[in-house]
Amino acid sequence: MFSRAYRAAVTVPPLIWVTVFLLVPYLLMFFYSFWSVSGSQAIIHSWNFENYRELLTIDVYWQTLLRSMWIAARVMLFSLLLGYPLAYFLSFYAGNRKDLFYQLVIIPLWVSYLVRAYAWKTILGSDGVLNTLLEYVHLTKHPLDFLLYSPFAVVLTLTHIYTPFTFLPIYASLEHIPRNLVEASHDLGASPLQTFWRVVFPLSIPGVLAGATFAFVLSLGDFLAPLLLGGPSGIMLSNIVVSLFGAAYNWPLGAAISLCMLVLVVSLLFVSERLEKKWSFS
Amino acid sequence: MSAENSAVQRSRWLLLHAGVVFAFLYLPVAVLIVYSFNGAGVGGFPPRDLTLNWYRTLFADGAIWESVGNSLLVAAMAVVIALGLGTSAALALDRAQFPGKALFRRLVLLPLILPGIITGLSLLMLFNSDGIKLSLLTIVLGHGTALISVATTEVFAGLQKLDRAQEEASLDLGANYWQTFWRITLPNLKLPIIGAALLIFTLSMDEIAVSFFLIGRDNTLPLEIWGRLRRGITPEINAISTIIFVFSLVAIVLWYRLRVSAEGASEIGAELVDTAAQGD
Repeated sequence: MFSRAYRAAVTVPPLIWVTVFLLVPYLLMFFYSFWSVSGSQAIIHSWNFENYRELLTIDVYWQTLLRSMWIAARVMLFSLLLGYPLAYFLSFYAGNRKDLFYQLVIIPLWVSYLVRAYAWKTILGSDGVLNTLLEYVHLTKHPLDFLLYSPFAVVLTLTHIYTPFTFLPIYASLEHIPRNLVEASHDLGASPLQTFWRVVFPLSIPGVLAGATFAFVLSLGDFLAPLLLGGPSGIMLSNIVVSLFGAAYNWPLGAAISLCMLVLVVSLLFVSERLEKKWSFS
Repeated sequence: MSAENSAVQRSRWLLLHAGVVFAFLYLPVAVLIVYSFNGAGVGGFPPRDLTLNWYRTLFADGAIWESVGNSLLVAAMAVVIALGLGTSAALALDRAQFPGKALFRRLVLLPLILPGIITGLSLLMLFNSDGIKLSLLTIVLGHGTALISVATTEVFAGLQKLDRAQEEASLDLGANYWQTFWRITLPNLKLPIIGAALLIFTLSMDEIAVSFFLIGRDNTLPLEIWGRLRRGITPEINAISTIIFVFSLVAIVLWYRLRVSAEGASEIGAELVDTAAQGD
């Protein structure tokens, strides 16, 4: 029903924009990753695999990648442990307070990411809120110094930030479960626990996968929380990239790491999408 | 134990868990607000010397307000770009067939789930190789590009619910495509478009990962805060964050009212996260 001109008018502008500002930059990142930088800090446009060889052979990159993935995995796990029961409670037990609780989950998202990370810093610091509280009630005599500038602080902060993002798709998938399926399971004699594990949980798996992917991918690429709260032991892969694009000035190597990250993220999305399709019942 | 009893017990455990999660989510927000009134500065328990001094310092702080102005400007321009192109992209995905459509959809939506550092750096390389100087304009282009995904998702969801018979009727009755678009399509998409605009505006105001790489001489508010955090902690940051939180809260309540009056509340934002994680 829509004319050729109409279809062209709505398609061409975003197509051009996306090509110029998304596709070309990704390609540029790809090209950069094969270039190198000279002693006088000029980019040399000759093609070689030197950056990738360096990534494969130097341990610090591997260690940082593994640490980043380990941090992201913990964030994902804790976000699920916090988000899933909350979503289940809202969907099945909250009754007419559902919408109120839902808004309460969303509201912290309207405090900026940076400010919430900063708030955790003021809570966890050696003269921060938590340590002075513990001393005030005489639980500790000296500040606990493992709280801040550690992977613990990064995991805590990122879990705080991504729990609502994990909650949202899980809640949406729980809300889509036809209630008569749950009642049928009940009527046919299944215990509440059986009903949960055999009916409710399998049907919520697409939401769990979506939420888990979100938490894992976004914390994997984070560089601000580690800079602010991580200390030397909390450095993540993106922090290396930031320094390569800044003081260390080696854009090609930074581009190679970013590209690896991009490929990793896109493959994770692909896998998660496949799994979601497999588990969705509609 | 009877079935009702165990159901009650289960819901108690879940309620307790929900309480713990809410405490965890709100603790930093509460600390932020309380310590914006704390005379002794940030940290230190219990809070003491209630004061409005930090707000006074804040209102006299030219650099912060300049960055707030910059952020508002960037956010407004990002809304225009992202909303215009995102609506157009949603219409294209809904109504046009063209080669590379699947790739196009994935590219548009990718920044939603991609860590900001990748979007920021790839654009930095683009601007660098074109010799474009970094400024607020480059940040606008970055935010605009990254947030097309938000507008596309919201408007596309709206288009799925739209009854095409109305548009057909309008065309049959002699209106041209342009008139039909302005008088039928757009008014029907009013809510998703307003919702998307508010989301884009807020996300842009808060955005830091992309801006971090595209910043020129003028700071946006998050980057101004970032610069100050590196120099040390000051309750002024608590004060400005509290003010912005209150404004956001008012905005979200208005948006919520608007959407609840039109449809159920449970879907708000969920389709966005859902789409992001599924990639379609």
